[in-house]
Amino acid sequence: MTPRLTSDARRALGAAGLARRRFLQQSSALVVAFGAARYAGPDSRLSAQGINGRSSAALDAWIAIAADGRVVAYTGKCELGQGLFTAQVQLVAEELDVPLSRVTLTMCDTAVTPDQGTTSGAQSHPANFNHANLALACATARQALVRLASDRLSAPVSSLATGDGAVFVSSDPSRRLAYADLVGGRGFMLTLDPAATRKRPTDWKVLGTSVPRLDLPAMVTAQLDYVQTVRVPGMLHGQVVRPPSVGATLARVDEESVRGMPGLVRVVVRRNFIGVVAEKPFQAAQIAAKLQVTWTPGPALPPQAGYYDALRRDRASRDTCLVDSGDVDQTLRGARTVVTATYRHPFHMHGSVGSSCAVADVQPGRATLWSATQAVYPMRDTAARLLGLPAEAVRVVFTRGSGCYGINGADTVTYDAALLSQAVGRPVRVQLTRRDEMAWENFGNAFVIDQRAGIDAAGSIVAWDYEAWSPALGGRPGYDSPGNVVTGWLAGFAPAAAAPRTPAPAPSTPLSNNLNTAPSYVTGCAGGVCNGTGTVRSERVLSHRVVSPFFTGPLRAPERFQNTFAHESFMDELAAAAKADPVAFRLKHLRDERLRTVVRQAAVAAQWEARPSPRTGAARAGTAQGRGISCVLYEGDNGYVSIVADVEVDQATGVITVRRLVGAQDCGPISNPDGVKNQFEGGALHGMSRTLFEEVTWNDQAVTSHDWRTYRTFAVGTRTPVVELVLVPQPSAEANGAGEASITAVAAAIGNAVFDATGARLREIPFTPDRVKAALAVRGTA
Amino acid sequence: MSQMTLLVNGRSHAVDVDPATPLLFVLSDDLALKGPKFGCGLGQCGACTVIVRGQAIRSCVTPVEAVQKTEITTLDGLGTIERPHPIQQAFIDEQASQCGFCLSGVILGAKALIDRTPAPTDDDIDRALAGVLCRCFGHNRMRRAIHRYAAARRA
Repeated sequence: MTPRLTSDARRALGAAGLARRRFLQQSSALVVAFGAARYAGPDSRLSAQGINGRSSAALDAWIAIAADGRVVAYTGKCELGQGLFTAQVQLVAEELDVPLSRVTLTMCDTAVTPDQGTTSGAQSHPANFNHANLALACATARQALVRLASDRLSAPVSSLATGDGAVFVSSDPSRRLAYADLVGGRGFMLTLDPAATRKRPTDWKVLGTSVPRLDLPAMVTAQLDYVQTVRVPGMLHGQVVRPPSVGATLARVDEESVRGMPGLVRVVVRRNFIGVVAEKPFQAAQIAAKLQVTWTPGPALPPQAGYYDALRRDRASRDTCLVDSGDVDQTLRGARTVVTATYRHPFHMHGSVGSSCAVADVQPGRATLWSATQAVYPMRDTAARLLGLPAEAVRVVFTRGSGCYGINGADTVTYDAALLSQAVGRPVRVQLTRRDEMAWENFGNAFVIDQRAGIDAAGSIVAWDYEAWSPALGGRPGYDSPGNVVTGWLAGFAPAAAAPRTPAPAPSTPLSNNLNTAPSYVTGCAGGVCNGTGTVRSERVLSHRVVSPFFTGPLRAPERFQNTFAHESFMDELAAAAKADPVAFRLKHLRDERLRTVVRQAAVAAQWEARPSPRTGAARAGTAQGRGISCVLYEGDNGYVSIVADVEVDQATGVITVRRLVGAQDCGPISNPDGVKNQFEGGALHGMSRTLFEEVTWNDQAVTSHDWRTYRTFAVGTRTPVVELVLVPQPSAEANGAGEASITAVAAAIGNAVFDATGARLREIPFTPDRVKAALAVRGTA
Repeated sequence: MSQMTLLVNGRSHAVDVDPATPLLFVLSDDLALKGPKFGCGLGQCGACTVIVRGQAIRSCVTPVEAVQKTEITTLDGLGTIERPHPIQQAFIDEQASQCGFCLSGVILGAKALIDRTPAPTDDDIDRALAGVLCRCFGHNRMRRAIHRYAAARRA
């Protein structure tokens, strides 16, 4: 194999003192290239690791063990605040049997790291990452080192073990050879062996332990680099001027309005994209504020009041039916009780604390972009389209940003910086204003969900019918759709469009419950396979996707949050209709043993009192207490969680106070237990914020929730619930995600607890005091 | 533009800037400090927090001319990776961070509080951090770290 390197890659490696060219030419290292083996193998999960990823023609991914025993590893999975840097260093140290301190990890730089697509969702969490790529490369290397040592020590491979960066004879550890000695002055080029043997989780010494975050000392002392702190020689500062309303188009820019302002370098216009470039950031802000721009308004936005009904009426929908047993209507006609309910979820935003930022240096024929994107290779390809450059001429260097929770403004601001830098021929830094961040990001989808189910005389669910409407526009740009975010669209690229399709074709393939569209309680039979986790055989799951007035995109537990709120709240309504304990009622309709286990464990940890909801004899005034449970198998196959919420409801004010969130989680073998706990805690409180406070608002022209007064969350100076987690270890199972489990389950747990406390059912997020009071007013009747 | 002197983290800096420039821009752009960060530019989130005269203030809405010749402390000025300040060490001990973008507001807000009120109650912490956001929601660990620091400081 002859690995090819871009000039940027050579420069970067040279700068790091780790030139691969030198490894190869001076033959003083052991190098493992991933090559095409990355997607080989019978396990479909291997390809899941490279969400949207595709192999890179320009260079291969690799790890290298230098002649001094130092390990250099390259990964296409990025640190987003979730602890993935530390967990990947643990992975390398574990699989290679070297100390953590000997590992250097480089993340997400198109000049040197493999194309591993997007770092997103629970897939990226310590509990589920890189086990088909980086781990196998390390296992390949360790295997090779053992073979080398076998020759040198004249000992059979089976008699050897590895530890602390050396191979030794198990029965006589004094007979040992350090990796550095084994590599010595020689060179080894290996191709990743998909059959290399990974360490068993039961043998883990570094993985499976709560290694403290390696980046925290630099983070808390303000020494860590973020994209917001990147400084490039000669760097200018840009600010964009977004349209005043959704869909507006540019009529005229009056450059005279800013002529002579201090620091002005240029006003940049490309179709509907406008930005200004100045010497100083404050100058850019002042110029952008002063620039006179005339816009032609677009069509009025649909009124927010009544928007959920408008979604249902939209006939240009793309319809998908995941399962349909064909007998739902008939079964419901025969049911003893039929329960119906409609759930509503608004648009939510990512709302990163830091507004998004990027630095671009675009020169004739080449460009370097410092970006907090979750997807460096897709960013490379789409930015190249925007700039009219070949993809190979663009280098994207991932640099951490503020926690993103999905596609916040990180991608769009990278395009902003690129366009402005290209226009002025100098490096440009752009940081969005709070308004530009919040009014134009890709929101999490609104949803309206109708649920209908029947219960028989024995108190069992006999049929479940789900029908949902949700709007979407744009999303992640992927490799070819820069118009999926606002800047690309302003610059003239169309968002990827889904063609309307009604009616939905009958389901013919096995259920993939990736978006948790199907409830946990149905059998999920389609295409001859029953992939669901429940017992209800009469089932229908039908979705309608319509065009959104706003850009949308993945937001932490995208769609799964919305669907699980509807499913787990409705399950609680069914339990109440059957006068059954909510835990027992769930267990009665679940056949997946691991899901049943987390439900039981959460109930035990929360000292769940078995009885139907609502609590009997509760006063209808004053403060009421209650508890609620929910559960989900995240993405249908990617982590089990159950949460019990304890709440208090002030029945005079309608204010909900969540006192405690107790969970049980099973994500297979656990790479870093404290990392999982940190994710569980953050996800639970993030979900509580979304459930109680968050809602995107708009008027007939524009988004009106564009700062922290108009888009509510809760501050660090807020009394938060106790959050506790029981980890259910499953060392022999497949690794699952953990970062999006708790957020998915928490909304329904809170709503169910409010019902338990008061008998009032909350079916619309957020649970504002007014909505709580309205639900209290009609309790017992709806 | 005008010349002025800033005292930041124990060092004196001469800068030539528009006196109306928000302090944050001078700290992060002219002085290249990494601690205070632009979150909202509206004084609503705390990411830009610095300590001036014992108070945690929002540098994004403070004109630089208002703090000339006044000692300014940023997160960069507390401790180093090798020798973190005890409150920074408390955040490491509690693993009280995810993305870390909010830490200037959380750590400096808590430090200014505890400098004034060595034994803060939870109500005190609520008030001190009422304008500080963390969207990774590390709230519970952060509060533990603050109590840990306060307890160690009293010991």
